[in-house]
Amino acid sequence: MRRLALIALPYLWLLVLFLVPFLIVVKISLSDQALAIPPYTPTLDLSAGWQGIRDWASGLDLENYWFLTDDPLYWKAYLSSLRIAVLSTLLTLMVGYPIAYGMARAPDHWRPTLMMLVILPFWTSFLIRVYSWKAILSQEGLLNQFLLWLGVIHEPLTILNTNTAVYIGIVYTYLPFMILPIYAALEKLDQSLLEAAEDLGCSRLSAFWLITVPLSKQGIIAGCFLVFIPAMGEFVIPALLGGSRTLMIGKVLWEEFFSNRDWPVASAVAVVLLMILIVPIILFQRNEQRNREAEG
Amino acid sequence: MRRLSWFNLTSLTLGLAFLYLPMVILVIYSFNGGKLVTVWAGFSTKWYGALFHDKAFLKAAWITLKVAVISSTVATLLGTMAALVLVRAGRFFGRTLFSGMIYAPLVMPDVITGLALLLLFIAIGLDRGVFTIILAHITFSMCFVSVVVASRLQSFDRSLEEAALDLGCTPLDAFRSVTLPIIAPAVISGWLLAFTLSLDDLVISSFTSGPSSTTLPIKIFSAVRLGVNPEINALSTIMIAIVSTGVITASLLSKRSIARRAREEQEAFAS
Repeated sequence: MRRLALIALPYLWLLVLFLVPFLIVVKISLSDQALAIPPYTPTLDLSAGWQGIRDWASGLDLENYWFLTDDPLYWKAYLSSLRIAVLSTLLTLMVGYPIAYGMARAPDHWRPTLMMLVILPFWTSFLIRVYSWKAILSQEGLLNQFLLWLGVIHEPLTILNTNTAVYIGIVYTYLPFMILPIYAALEKLDQSLLEAAEDLGCSRLSAFWLITVPLSKQGIIAGCFLVFIPAMGEFVIPALLGGSRTLMIGKVLWEEFFSNRDWPVASAVAVVLLMILIVPIILFQRNEQRNREAEG
Repeated sequence: MRRLSWFNLTSLTLGLAFLYLPMVILVIYSFNGGKLVTVWAGFSTKWYGALFHDKAFLKAAWITLKVAVISSTVATLLGTMAALVLVRAGRFFGRTLFSGMIYAPLVMPDVITGLALLLLFIAIGLDRGVFTIILAHITFSMCFVSVVVASRLQSFDRSLEEAALDLGCTPLDAFRSVTLPIIAPAVISGWLLAFTLSLDDLVISSFTSGPSSTTLPIKIFSAVRLGVNPEINALSTIMIAIVSTGVITASLLSKRSIARRAREEQEAFAS
């Protein structure tokens, strides 16, 4: 009995506030926009009984999805988000792996401090961390001032409000998500394997590729999912650091909803985004569950 | 003891510099007297003064704090229950769905979650305001809590609990006097995580808030969207200071309690 209550409470909460809302999104993506409150038709009228349900069902169609394929804005935004998410995940991996590796190789008594230093930015407001780059990357910003002073450039670079700024923003804010799982994998790595490889004549570099990388695979996979999936739907970073030509689907959805007030199209955009992400999300969940069961 | 190679030392130094420089610059420039954020015009605390006289900001800060305290507390309760279900309940109908619903919100883009929750609130005729923001925040942060607590439960030695049951404890007593103290650090860090996630959330709050329930991130976002704003620099510095003090204190406390537990266990085995 107590077990049932324990299961039922969080289960019901998530069903009502996580799963049901998605079903509503799917339903509204099949409706038409209307000048009403709420701004879509048809609305389900249960008081009209069976006839009401039939009217409602016959009013649903795939029109909004055809609209998404018609207008190049949408598929361009999906492709551009995909490109930005993939590239910035790889960049984050390239920046994050050496840091995680350095942490795992650091003396034991340094590790808790290093760990805290990597986690601390993660606790600090995401919005503020993105915003902090605005003063650095702008035309008269500190990076340009520094480079002009060094004499590397003679004209200030335009970085803010371009895709480059979006890449920097994603790598910066998601870096701890990449470092921590890789560090967790590297920390467990048995050093004697590397010593054995070296004794058997393996160079340090090939020992790294043949032993360290494969054994930290779980961490790399988890880190890449943790960066790629949210980056794909990112809104804050392109809105603050990107320019008018930065096309990301999270921003399109936001504008469709808040500026155009077209709820059905915004819902269709969300459903397609979710369909793109559902495979990586399931893979991520499988990976986490496997790791958890391997530990237990 | 191993020494750190040059390569590792360089990557650590550069990595940490990359993580911290932008925030350090933000903090320094919050004490800039000039309105132009990139030109240093002498030390001044005037933006802090301006901030404390801005009624709209203070109101938003109060709403944000209220939402964060309530939502993180409920999320910790629900998340701990969910963790117990994930690790302990064994097989039950819909277990895969349940674990999916715990892991999906961790990576789900905020725009989707926000839109979905808003459409739910409208469909059931709930007026948007502080209450709907709280419901939304509980939903996504309980999943973070449950992952943190589940990983602690996983590494937990079940035999301690079985020993308590053998010695005549009721299951509830055993949970209270054995399990809870052991998972307590994870529950506390889960609460802190839920609290900061709630303080920080912009996108989901924007979808689920009403006109009279503007939170701090919504306010900050509209202030900085067009450019750099010195008042926001001051506000950011205050927030960074609070978070750093909190995290450093918490980690020192947990270090001490781990050391104490290790000593107690040693003494128990020695006697």
